[in-house]
Amino acid sequence: MDTNIPRTVPRKSATFDDYTLSEIRRAATTGIYDIRGAGAKRKLPHFDDLLFLGASISRYPLEGYREKCGTDVLLGTRFAKKPIALKIPITIAGMSFGSLSAQAKEALGRGASMAGTSTTTGDGGMTPEERGQSRHLVYQYLPSRYGMNPDDLRKADAIEVVVGQGAKPGGGGMLLGQKISDRVAQMRCLPKGIDQRSACRHPDWTGPDDLEIKIHELREITSWEKPIYVKVGGTRPYYDVALAVKSGADVVVLDGMQGGTAATQEVFIEHVGLPTLACIRPAVKALQDLGMHRKVQLIISGGIRNGADVAKAMALGADAVAIGTAALVALGDNDPHLEEEYRALGTTAGAYDDWHEGRDPAGITTQDPDLAKRLDPVKAGRRLSNYLKVMTLEAQTVARACGKSHLHNLEPEDLCALTVEAAAMAGVPLAGTNWIPGRGGY
Amino acid sequence: MSEIDLKKEGVTGVNQRLYKLPKDSNERHWVIRNPMGQHAIACGLDAPLTVEIQGHVGFYCGGMNKHADIIVHGHAGVGVAENMMSGTVWVKGNASESAGATANGGLLVIDGDASSRCGISMKGVDIVVGGSIGHMSAFMAQRGNLVVCGDAGDALGDSIYEARLYVKGKVASLGADCIEKEMRAEHLEDLAKLLERAKRNDRPQDFRRYGSARKLYNFNVDHADAY
Repeated sequence: MDTNIPRTVPRKSATFDDYTLSEIRRAATTGIYDIRGAGAKRKLPHFDDLLFLGASISRYPLEGYREKCGTDVLLGTRFAKKPIALKIPITIAGMSFGSLSAQAKEALGRGASMAGTSTTTGDGGMTPEERGQSRHLVYQYLPSRYGMNPDDLRKADAIEVVVGQGAKPGGGGMLLGQKISDRVAQMRCLPKGIDQRSACRHPDWTGPDDLEIKIHELREITSWEKPIYVKVGGTRPYYDVALAVKSGADVVVLDGMQGGTAATQEVFIEHVGLPTLACIRPAVKALQDLGMHRKVQLIISGGIRNGADVAKAMALGADAVAIGTAALVALGDNDPHLEEEYRALGTTAGAYDDWHEGRDPAGITTQDPDLAKRLDPVKAGRRLSNYLKVMTLEAQTVARACGKSHLHNLEPEDLCALTVEAAAMAGVPLAGTNWIPGRGGY
Repeated sequence: MSEIDLKKEGVTGVNQRLYKLPKDSNERHWVIRNPMGQHAIACGLDAPLTVEIQGHVGFYCGGMNKHADIIVHGHAGVGVAENMMSGTVWVKGNASESAGATANGGLLVIDGDASSRCGISMKGVDIVVGGSIGHMSAFMAQRGNLVVCGDAGDALGDSIYEARLYVKGKVASLGADCIEKEMRAEHLEDLAKLLERAKRNDRPQDFRRYGSARKLYNFNVDHADAY
């Protein structure tokens, strides 16, 4: 070969990139779709594409360290006799015992309670550890009804009817055999070690008319005391929120595609659903059109990471937010100090998502007793509480800068967007312009 | 025996009266008149009461029942005895879809027919149906017994786990991973007890037994076409 002839450098395909090639090889070798935890990892329009405008001459700010900026939220004011009063508008999303260790569930309860907020059960029922450590516990009512019983229903502070979640709207639960321990199997009435694939539809209702009757039954059984939430994955937020309201929900939980899952097909996580940012305004519009904004509370989840995200979601009209993945990171998930162990699992800290395999070195997404006992629920709970408080302080900082004496007073007018996409999705002007794509005019 | 008129007291009024009975109450036998097909009647009971409902009921009658014996002298709507924990729900007429859905325990008897998805995701309940059941019954049934004295519709026991199904008549088709299984002596004995509890005269030896082939318990790509 004549080395003097100039040659082009090797060029990899943008379409067939390294990740795509590795997935083709993996599928060809194993004969099964890729399953993983967490939410969408692809780059999506998100809260980072929005900025707060802050106060100046045309708006007065509030003193950062002196003037009050309220953070409390009351959930379930529509029908429930006993709404939930939270100190902060950041709740802990539903995550199951089974996908998480009992220690992790206890830590979530401890952290949430210290910070004055609620935590939520998951597919698999309520554990005593979780109930015992959670001042405000939301009980998920799922299609599988694993571990569902009227005693726990009545022990809960609110009930969340789960229709779907952002990572897999239209999909059911999945807990693979490695994590079906004796205790998990017993709680779910399943044989140990099987792959548990739970249903995507509720077994005894279909559609909004039935859901209304189901909610009525739940209210009867709990003597109309508990707030009833309805959780949906982000797909058609305007219609789904309107139908949840029609069905009698006190609270609507709307989860975008960055919202995590314990285990789902990669193709589902990355290719089904809407980014969180795109969900909020249609949902708020549905509530406003029905005259129910702030009467039926809206909780937004899916990729909330810091106080700025909290403030932005609330400025767009949410009453509160929920965190799942971020809460696990606060407990110790994907921590760099475990890098050697992550490498042994063929991954790296920050990328570990094989939560379904139950080999989590952080002791969080596992049922292995030796791994699970690595997590100290007291210390991990404290970390979560710290994190929740920092997020709240950050959100207050932004709100005061916008002249708001309560996080609920933030409004879309406080925001602008950095990209045309984010401007269109959030319904706020592109920075430096008064242009909101899709609203007409230039 | 105490009577409540649902037309006067409403569903919540009726349920609250039953919920608030003192544990040592002598008022153990209740008759509910004028149920008018209303939903959620006598759901969430948690005491050893006998509750007779004189007429038809809507959705979720006897839902999540614990300890109570509930008798419906009429037809029942969707999800009768859904998620029952213990006790008995006895429907003298027919039942709509999802009868006994996800129920963990107790006995559900339907003297007439039950519609589709009877015993869906059942988790330990015993269900005896005097007539026939509709399609997709015992879908993902985890535990318990479903006895059908008539016929079963399509896809019986689809994706079934460890529940036992007994059918006297024809089965239109079996669902994924559901197969006919040998009827051994212990099964005949169990079935005889179930039929007796449901006051049926059918002979156990006239039934066939169905259950899980357990081939879909752990994923195998070569079984992907079963779904």
